[in-house]
Amino acid sequence: MSLENLRPTPAFADVLPIEYRDLVEHGPYTNRTGDGSKQTVKVTDMGKFKEVIEEHPMCAGCAMTLFIRLVYIGMPNPEHTIVVGTAGCGRLAISQASVPFIYGNYGDTNAVASGLKRGLEVRFPNQKKDVVVKAGDGGLIDIGFQGLMHSWFRKEKFTTIMLDNEVYGNTGGQESGMTNHGKVLKMAPRGKFGDKVDALGLAKVAGVDYIARLAPTNPARVARTVRRAIMVAREVGHSYIQAYTSCNIEYSIPTPDVMKDAFEIEKERYGFEEIISPAAKAYLDEVEKKPKKKKSD
Amino acid sequence: MANVKGSSVCRTAVDEGKPADWVPGGEKQTVVDPMKMFHELPREMQFITGSEAARESMRRANIDIAIAYPITPQSESMQQAGYLYDEGYIKEYYRAEEEIGTFSAISGASRAGVRALTATSGPGLMRGMEAVSSWPGARTPIIMLNMCRVINTPLAIQPDNIEMSFLLNTGILLLHAENQQDFYDYPLAAIMASEQVDVTLPAVVSVDGFFCTHARGPVRITPEEYKLPPRDGWRSAVPAMDNENPPARISRDAPIQKSNFISYHMHASWQQEVFAAVERSAKYFDKYLGGLVEVINPDAEDFIIASGCAVSQAREAVRQEGEQGRIVGLVKVKTIRPFPTTSILNAVKNAKRILIPEFNQAGWLHKEVCSVLYGRCNAVIKDGPRVFGGMTMPTEMILEWLEEFRKETK
Repeated sequence: MSLENLRPTPAFADVLPIEYRDLVEHGPYTNRTGDGSKQTVKVTDMGKFKEVIEEHPMCAGCAMTLFIRLVYIGMPNPEHTIVVGTAGCGRLAISQASVPFIYGNYGDTNAVASGLKRGLEVRFPNQKKDVVVKAGDGGLIDIGFQGLMHSWFRKEKFTTIMLDNEVYGNTGGQESGMTNHGKVLKMAPRGKFGDKVDALGLAKVAGVDYIARLAPTNPARVARTVRRAIMVAREVGHSYIQAYTSCNIEYSIPTPDVMKDAFEIEKERYGFEEIISPAAKAYLDEVEKKPKKKKSD
Repeated sequence: MANVKGSSVCRTAVDEGKPADWVPGGEKQTVVDPMKMFHELPREMQFITGSEAARESMRRANIDIAIAYPITPQSESMQQAGYLYDEGYIKEYYRAEEEIGTFSAISGASRAGVRALTATSGPGLMRGMEAVSSWPGARTPIIMLNMCRVINTPLAIQPDNIEMSFLLNTGILLLHAENQQDFYDYPLAAIMASEQVDVTLPAVVSVDGFFCTHARGPVRITPEEYKLPPRDGWRSAVPAMDNENPPARISRDAPIQKSNFISYHMHASWQQEVFAAVERSAKYFDKYLGGLVEVINPDAEDFIIASGCAVSQAREAVRQEGEQGRIVGLVKVKTIRPFPTTSILNAVKNAKRILIPEFNQAGWLHKEVCSVLYGRCNAVIKDGPRVFGGMTMPTEMILEWLEEFRKETK
């Protein structure tokens, strides 16, 4: 249905903006397999197809922006996806995408997504609609903590992606629950008290079916992880991705060194980790058509 | 809902214990025109509580999803909603984590284009107020049942409708049910009004807790084999967040996050439109409810203007005054938003004295009435009697106030 809506009537085709025509003719929609399981628009093709997000008002060199672009590329079916966000840097870019974006109240993302997903399943019983929460570390682990945890406990069928820049970037650099112990930031003049919240551990305890932690150092891996998370949320249970998306402003990372920082942080402490439940593993093996015993990564 | 067999989210009706040939109750019902349901279908009298009246209303309301967090005195109604889900009259249902989560989730459901219902009481409403106040701007038709109770310290669960004053300036449609009958009729009317294209707003039906929710009263209900038409997710002032529209920037934030004149103007015009939509809903309530107000003894010089339970007490006062040969008028305000300014003005044009009894400390209805009658009516308006914190309002109290009022204002 959406792809049909995408195509303009011939009478309007030549008066639509070039950006729209590019989206229709060279967008990521029609290049996918029907069930979205195989991705034919690849990260390595960036620049050769029209992304659903291109222009944005994010800071120069922002790693979060790169990650957000990769998330959209990784979506199995962006034409049937709705993104939910909250206050924070990320929504400045996310709201520019040609994918519907619900910009809710502070910390309400996972509650809104719960109702949205269930409502979409009632209204479209024969069309899978993917719901993806994209919110910052503060929006999820601090003000949105209760909604986050309960959506996990309820095993709501959507994906949560934490844009973890380890700081409240949008409000000017205050420490968050995901800031590392001892880090001096605004509202932590003597250094952050307490450790970085172990969100992955919480997700594991809550029974989230697909959990991943990564940094945007390997674009193809980011897209694949996003695709896996969304496919699991579609059919098995909740999925959670935690991505290191540094704030080069508040952490004073020189713009040319943003990716160098990402590689260093990944190597030092962030790493790449996938925690997959048996049900999700079986499902991914099936859709990715890999032998069940083969390592999923 | 076809998910991977054996997964934690595989929860079809059969998975949850229903037989394979189970037919949801809602699928056995016939859709009927709302006006026919409200005014023409035969009605059977039942002697039931307000919570049970709400259940029968929900049964006929074609609800897609109901989400709530339990709180006294709302909980009886929402556990009844659970039974309706089990019987197949409501398609989706869950107990949310608390009210911010509840009211956020219900807004997500409404954004999906389905009919969404929630309910709360006093402190629960206060807890979720940020979410509630964002519903109108998001243009989300939602029906919320609001069983009023005390909100202030010292904590109490008793009836008191002060919480309604917090809803007055949100852009929400707000009705105040007098009794169990209204709590059956008003939600159905509110749903249909809220989903009109030129309205597309949430609606709250408030009722005074315990007095109505937990007490029995006569309720005339329509046959349960008839239900309202479903919500049409395509008929709306704004597109649903379903990704069934051409790709465009349809988030509601627009460029409002920027600090410039265009952003100020956008926010202002959006809010103006919300409140204009509230006024446009009046014509629907007028035909669904047979008027935004009910007027008794329109030629009287002494009037009582009331809403909710205070109306019932005022009715009895009017009757007893009549027995004494004194004619006292009564205006029952059914819709608080839209506020029936013209109807009230017309009703009290000959009045000399207007008494406004209320079940709250602040006297919000008195302030509302004064704001619209100021300079347009010659009557003296007296605020009271007021009871709150769970107190009842004996008819004698209203009679005493009327007597005193006549002495004060000749």
